[in-house]
Amino acid sequence: MDKPGDLLLDIQHLHTAFRVGDDFYDAVDDVNLTLKKDEVLAIVGESGSGKSTLATSIIGLHNPTNAKVTGDILYSDLNLVGLNEPIYNRIRGNDIGMIFQDPLAALNPLMRIGDQIAETLVYHTKLNKEDREKRVLELLDQVGIPNPPRVFRQYPHELSGGMRQRVVIAIAIACKPPIIIADEPTTALDVTIQAQILDLLKQIQKETHSGIILITHDLGVVAETADRVAVMYAGQLVETGSVYDIFQHPTHPYTRSLLRSMPQADSDDDELYVIDGVVPTLKEMQVDTCRFAKRIPWIPEEAHEAHPTMHEVGPNHFVQCTCYKHFHFRDEPESTLTAQTEG
Amino acid sequence: MAMIEIKNLKIHYPIRSGFFNRVTDYVYAVDGVNFDIEEGETYGLIGESGSGKSTIGKAVVGLEKPTSGQIIYKGVDITKKSNRSKIHYNKDVQMIFQDSLSSLNPKKRIRDIIAEPIRNFERMSDTEERKRVGELLDIVGMPADSMYKYPFEFSGGQRQRIGIARAVSTNPKLIVADEPVSALDLSVQAQVLNFMKQIQREYNISYLFISHDLGVVKHMCKNMAIMTRGRFVEIGTREDIYKDPLHIYTQRLLSAIPSMSPATREADLAHRKEVEHIYRDEESRYYNENGRVLDLKQISATHQVALPDSELEKLKGGLA
Repeated sequence: MDKPGDLLLDIQHLHTAFRVGDDFYDAVDDVNLTLKKDEVLAIVGESGSGKSTLATSIIGLHNPTNAKVTGDILYSDLNLVGLNEPIYNRIRGNDIGMIFQDPLAALNPLMRIGDQIAETLVYHTKLNKEDREKRVLELLDQVGIPNPPRVFRQYPHELSGGMRQRVVIAIAIACKPPIIIADEPTTALDVTIQAQILDLLKQIQKETHSGIILITHDLGVVAETADRVAVMYAGQLVETGSVYDIFQHPTHPYTRSLLRSMPQADSDDDELYVIDGVVPTLKEMQVDTCRFAKRIPWIPEEAHEAHPTMHEVGPNHFVQCTCYKHFHFRDEPESTLTAQTEG
Repeated sequence: MAMIEIKNLKIHYPIRSGFFNRVTDYVYAVDGVNFDIEEGETYGLIGESGSGKSTIGKAVVGLEKPTSGQIIYKGVDITKKSNRSKIHYNKDVQMIFQDSLSSLNPKKRIRDIIAEPIRNFERMSDTEERKRVGELLDIVGMPADSMYKYPFEFSGGQRQRIGIARAVSTNPKLIVADEPVSALDLSVQAQVLNFMKQIQREYNISYLFISHDLGVVKHMCKNMAIMTRGRFVEIGTREDIYKDPLHIYTQRLLSAIPSMSPATREADLAHRKEVEHIYRDEESRYYNENGRVLDLKQISATHQVALPDSELEKLKGGLA
């Protein structure tokens, strides 16, 4: 690594293909990403954009008969792609912690909370029973659960949704992993609980200096927590940049459309902006064209690149394809916006 | 006059326990709630999970029998089943569900799904019915040939639009929409909300819009109520609630919404921590000793808040 201790993950040309019938189709198509220490990297996209597939590729949860992962996921000197199971098992939980969307489904309903958290410690540490118990109580306290000794003996169904998600977080951080992947950690929760969980994640990050990959479709959550943002559409990254780049100078047509379709807090616009068409399915994704082209049909074909690549539009702000230069919303005149993006 | 009036609605579920399985206590899912919905209006009902908002929705459609209280529609109390059939209430009030996949029968074609309410209330020939289903699909922006397909062939947004087409098939006056867009992606959500507004304009339908998403409610509703623990804590117009929230629960809820500007997020976080702190300190004053929300007090013509007397006096002092 060029900057030891800083770069955590280096994903190069990652492809994850799923079997449909006898053919494989890329759900994640040529993704290049890095994760650094002390940062929250948000991956944003709609359902079907491949954001969760990307996460499960990193942690190696794909069945090799139905999914093919190619490319490189470099973690220290290790390439996680094609790693054998015994070594991978040592990395999962110990080096990469994962927080799932549905805490009820992620927890074993027949196991006491304490034992579930201790399970990770059994696998990865040499602590004895008493030390493990001490560490579990410490973790429960760290994730803000009141009365840890009682919760230690409880079962998942006895806890509320927010408390369950805290337990899942406790499991994920039990071994102090340098990388935490949070896949829609707050989607199933109420807003007040969501705010608490996001604060908790940030606080844990401050304490452990880990890098967090936050996968979400909620732009509000991104604006609130992320340092860097990667926008995914149809399996590809279409825009990456700092959270300020994405929210203050969104450049790719998809990012701009997405931000515009939010119900705006301070506008009384009666109609919400709707993106034409639908997200392509796995089979419909075209190779070697701008995949968003079909959803902005009023932009001439020449505006798109034949083989879309990432263009740097600002420091560390990358946009796929050249169509952003010519993009304007349907209800806006062509000239003003072209001038804006260029200026 | 309001189109539908909900008066002192209470829905209590008994808790049974002990050797004889006797009723030992009640869950006060909805505990004394009053509101009116005007014709052509969207009334928002906001609450976190477990607040009882969906239970109110169910009671309005007639799926839940209230313990006490009245729901008055066209001058008739519809909490009685016989009254409902007398005034064709079930034809006039329809529902849109949250999960579009589980609310559509997977074994039926779209045509049969949409035509089911029509078959219940109207007599139509086969050709008339097909024409009507085609029209309904057209209203929600779907091609007519989708009537021969099955629900699984559609995406989430399309399925939700089919659910809307089914709900409007009997020309209802009121649609209860229980979290209609919370399972949808952002761009699809915009589409469905636009269709709901368009249909409302064309057919003068009222909505009871139940949601936990404060942004969506703000976009859709002029009047709304914030609910917790089975009772309303604050009723008001959009301006009352979003610009001048008076109850600490509302303030806390509003401060928890992530803002869309990363530049102010540190300040937002500080503000949220502060509100959370105040909430924890003052919580007991805003609820009575049983944890029940206090009674609503009139603040202005449109604004009602469940404030304790001391706060109310402070507010009046401030105004005078």
